[in-house]
Amino acid sequence: MKIVIINYGAGNIQSIKFAIERLGYKAVLSDNVDEIKNADKVIFPGVGEASSAMNKLRESGLDKLVPRLKQPVLGICLGMQLMCNSTEEGDTKGLGIFDVDVVRFTNEVKVPQIGWNQIRDFKSELFDGVINESYIYLVHSFYAPVCKETISVTDYGINYSTALQKNNFYGTQFHPEKSSDVGEKILSNFLSSTK
Amino acid sequence: MLTKRIVPCLDIKNGRTVKGVNFVDLRDAGDPVELAAIYAKTGADELVFLDISATEERRKTLADLVRNVAKEVNIPFTVGGGISSVEDVDILLQNGADKVSVNSSAVKRPELVNELSAKFGSQCITVAIDAKQIDGEWIVHLVGGKVPTELNLFNWAKEVEQRGAGEILFTSMNNDGTKNGFANEALARLSSELNIPIIASGGAGNMQHFVDTFKEGKADAALAASVFHFKEIAIPELKEKLKSEGIAVRL
Repeated sequence: MKIVIINYGAGNIQSIKFAIERLGYKAVLSDNVDEIKNADKVIFPGVGEASSAMNKLRESGLDKLVPRLKQPVLGICLGMQLMCNSTEEGDTKGLGIFDVDVVRFTNEVKVPQIGWNQIRDFKSELFDGVINESYIYLVHSFYAPVCKETISVTDYGINYSTALQKNNFYGTQFHPEKSSDVGEKILSNFLSSTK
Repeated sequence: MLTKRIVPCLDIKNGRTVKGVNFVDLRDAGDPVELAAIYAKTGADELVFLDISATEERRKTLADLVRNVAKEVNIPFTVGGGISSVEDVDILLQNGADKVSVNSSAVKRPELVNELSAKFGSQCITVAIDAKQIDGEWIVHLVGGKVPTELNLFNWAKEVEQRGAGEILFTSMNNDGTKNGFANEALARLSSELNIPIIASGGAGNMQHFVDTFKEGKADAALAASVFHFKEIAIPELKEKLKSEGIAVRL
């Protein structure tokens, strides 16, 4: 199985590669259109700030490629947010895969949310074998509200989407690669999915 | 519910874990990668690696160590010590660090915090502040607490929040190494005056100290070293204790 992690700038993308390796698979980092197109599974990580990340995607033409991918694609953290219609961070237009607009947490809670929170209301095989209200690791200031593509919900002042799915596209606000055994189970589910 | 975090801190010197009493008289507590993996398995929520020799010795990167830790552990970790530029942070993040912490370099050049948060996002920029209460006022100190500055803890913390820090790691030099508990009054004030998470550091001696720093100190996370490294407190037991006190923890 060929797993490609889209490499479009600076940031911590080694961790997802190491997590995949711990599960017994291999993954390559790439920004090459053909290599990404021909992968069996594509990971779209989150890197830094939204508007500069989106600019990098545009410069390399990846903004056109990602929404057309047919194989399973997993966006993580900012990756998931960029797969939405838009995000308030840097007033950025997204890839429009998920029909939802990402907004900032209000100051009624501490922003960014950093740490371990719980996921529930699963609506996808991505969570097969995962116990309701399991803990996952999050670090973010912006969130996707609950929408028709929501496949898991978390409470931080409000209920919001911690995961989204539309056809072959998956997104997690949390970091499966940093969420201990629960995260590894979710990542393993994604890597064995056939959609 | 977002849980309170328990954060073992691994002070690193020459690639080995050490913990000083009041940052002097270092003791060796083992191999950092092995220790990190044990902590991840036994319920630590996050790890902090601080190269305590870095500020004085100008050791720039912990890249190899970071890479080895990232390969082994499946929980997040923060790396600090001697970080003074966008390039330093880039190398650490690219090798697998989730967050970095800056301390002296931010005091010397506060714009660094803006630069780092613009480039990498606030969520991965922790500002570590060492402060000592002198005649009732909390004064920021540098070089492991040896050199006083002109800065007031609360003003400095608010300034770095505005500049884009995602989190504050506050070490009380009065409490550090004493095992008499965290500086809860100052912590509670930080937590009420700022809207970013606060990590309590310095003074952990027993499990009740953690209860107190979450309840009275309103801390979002609590960091300790020697009580964990020398097995005076086991993290699973600590979390059971916190849960029994009504504090949200990941079990």
